[in-house]
Amino acid sequence: MCRGGLVIALLLALSGSRMACAIDATSIADPALEARYLELTHELRCMQCQNESIADSPVGLASDLRREVRDMLLAGKSDDDVRNYMVARYGEFILFRPRFSARNAWLWLAPPLFLLIGLGVAVRVVRQRGALALTDPDVPDDDGRS
Amino acid sequence: MNRFALPLALFALLVVVLAISIRHSPDKGTIVSPLLGRAAPGFALPSLTDAQHKVNSQDLKGHWYLLNVWGTWCVECRAEHAMLVEVGKSGVIPIIGLDWKDEDDHALEWLAQLGNPYQAIGVDHDGRTAIDWGVYGAPETFLVSPQGIVVYKLVGPLTRESWAQEFLPRLPQRVGAGS
Repeated sequence: MCRGGLVIALLLALSGSRMACAIDATSIADPALEARYLELTHELRCMQCQNESIADSPVGLASDLRREVRDMLLAGKSDDDVRNYMVARYGEFILFRPRFSARNAWLWLAPPLFLLIGLGVAVRVVRQRGALALTDPDVPDDDGRS
Repeated sequence: MNRFALPLALFALLVVVLAISIRHSPDKGTIVSPLLGRAAPGFALPSLTDAQHKVNSQDLKGHWYLLNVWGTWCVECRAEHAMLVEVGKSGVIPIIGLDWKDEDDHALEWLAQLGNPYQAIGVDHDGRTAIDWGVYGAPETFLVSPQGIVVYKLVGPLTRESWAQEFLPRLPQRVGAGS
């Protein structure tokens, strides 16, 4: 099979899985609301099973929470309203995508910071090597020996 | 020596940060409730045992109480029930039941069989009150102060150990002295 076909098959499988995983057939007439409902229920953790989203979980609490999400969306609440509602009751842990806060700031900031440090070190090393090659009369040539 | 100093210092810093994080991470499986230290959510639920009255959180203001979340479908609840009966008998603190997503007749049968340790039982058919309390499994037991503040939350069955170690020390001497 060609590689393109494989990728397309994979993408199809992934995009399809969203719908396929949703455990109940929801009945939100408005497709925009329905899309937000799917998005939100997939990023809220089922507290009972912990490694599933409430969209994927068959347990009773997950279906109750799906109902709350649906009701809040139908009542015109924003996505953040829904997230805040859930966090106020179950804590930050219910979000699969933790929000930026003072407590986890270092987690968010560490990777770019380390990247910058790495870049800095790399630049310094390259510069030093360059300077070395220019000033050192014994610089080895391509043959390796001076 | 010098060229190792910085990486070593960074590594040491990493070790310290991770050690602190591990030390402070709660037990796997129990989730610290954001409700602790906050006002207990209000509720007004139909009473399981008294069709005339509602179980209202307003009526509970002014004294300590336990809110115990249970259901007849919950295996662990059966395991803790004897302990609840014991606490109820001791008279240390009233226990309010939250019968979570349960059938009324099943619940009444359960109480007839195993005893009723509850001062009142609110029936939460649709699970909305449980969500307000951040309940994610049964049994769960909340300790609420006279000011209506959630002081402690136990996830899992109440045992003699958890009662002695977590609940009694949080109660004022005068209240706890009865046990």
